[in-house]
Amino acid sequence: MSEAYFPVESGALGPENFLSLDDILMSQEKLPVRVETPMPRLGAFFLERGAGAEADYALPQGTKLELPLWLAKGLFDNKRRILSVEIPKIYQEGWRTVFSADANVVDLHKMGPHFYGFGSQLLHFDSPESADISQSLLQTFTGRFRRIMDSSQNSYNEDTSALVARLDETERGLFQTGQKGLNDFQSWEKGQASQITASNLVQNYKKRKFTNMED
Amino acid sequence: MKALYEQNQSDVNEAKSAGRGDLIPTIKFRHCSLLRNRRCTVAYLYDRLLRIRALRWEYGSVLPNTLRFHMSAEEMEWFNHYKKSLATYMRSLGGDEGLDITQDMKPPKSLYIEVRCLKDYGEFEVDDGTSVLLKKNSQHFLPRWKCEQLIRQGVLEHVLS
Repeated sequence: MSEAYFPVESGALGPENFLSLDDILMSQEKLPVRVETPMPRLGAFFLERGAGAEADYALPQGTKLELPLWLAKGLFDNKRRILSVEIPKIYQEGWRTVFSADANVVDLHKMGPHFYGFGSQLLHFDSPESADISQSLLQTFTGRFRRIMDSSQNSYNEDTSALVARLDETERGLFQTGQKGLNDFQSWEKGQASQITASNLVQNYKKRKFTNMED
Repeated sequence: MKALYEQNQSDVNEAKSAGRGDLIPTIKFRHCSLLRNRRCTVAYLYDRLLRIRALRWEYGSVLPNTLRFHMSAEEMEWFNHYKKSLATYMRSLGGDEGLDITQDMKPPKSLYIEVRCLKDYGEFEVDDGTSVLLKKNSQHFLPRWKCEQLIRQGVLEHVLS
């Protein structure tokens, strides 16, 4: 299956791909937001903000919320009528200096597993810091890239969980591509390139069939 | 989704008629949720189609029954259309008979290959008429193009000497 199944790729650093599952997961991440105009009838959704349970309750102006990216993007408008977005801590000044100091040390998986993707989408909300954010994203990536490339090309048949633990999703994708390249090359060297094999799908299917019989 | 849509409809009407322009953020909010739900379902269905397409290349034209059970009627129809398009395309290549591009997924090194049987399959007929009984762990020396399908399905195993 791995040879014949080509899932829709992520839109990476440009506009999101509508059908890409990676992009959908990435746009689910939350963003701190401040409501500028009162939003009628939505008070019931955000009950924990101390609103009443009446159906007609309006969300007052100035409420601070955490909204997923897709919602924030949809409600954001250049004249800033409905929402104003705060940039999350990771993309702010403090962390940016940490990244410029040494990007390799940071555990990007903990900082939100979609660091690069989410950061690129943040540029959609024009903020005075956009230029700095994009610069910092680029620099972090170039700083970490060398290590990812080296580790993916040199760990053959080993347990890579320690290497992959601190990478964010984009970097993990790169790592896996590197590993696949390495494995293909090694199998070519061993002469397995012309050996016809049962596809991964068939093998997985056989295993699943056994569990069905046990039920 | 219907509930969201209905709420939105009533709000839009109210906004237009009663001039309550401040309902617009609420309408936008619900509209965003509807779009999001649509995006997720469409992406899921599309991914299923991509996997079904991969099945044609891995399994061949006939799918095992248990797999067929998991697909909806529309997906089966799509699979049949895809099979037909692929077959028409293959027939149009390479001269009179067409070229089977689902064969030879890896570059062939020889005409005949050594295979070992992984499970009982029964009788298997070769081009010149001789039939071979495929029992578990029996080894045979067979022409490549006949065995490729069986190897991919996991019945035979390609043995490199």
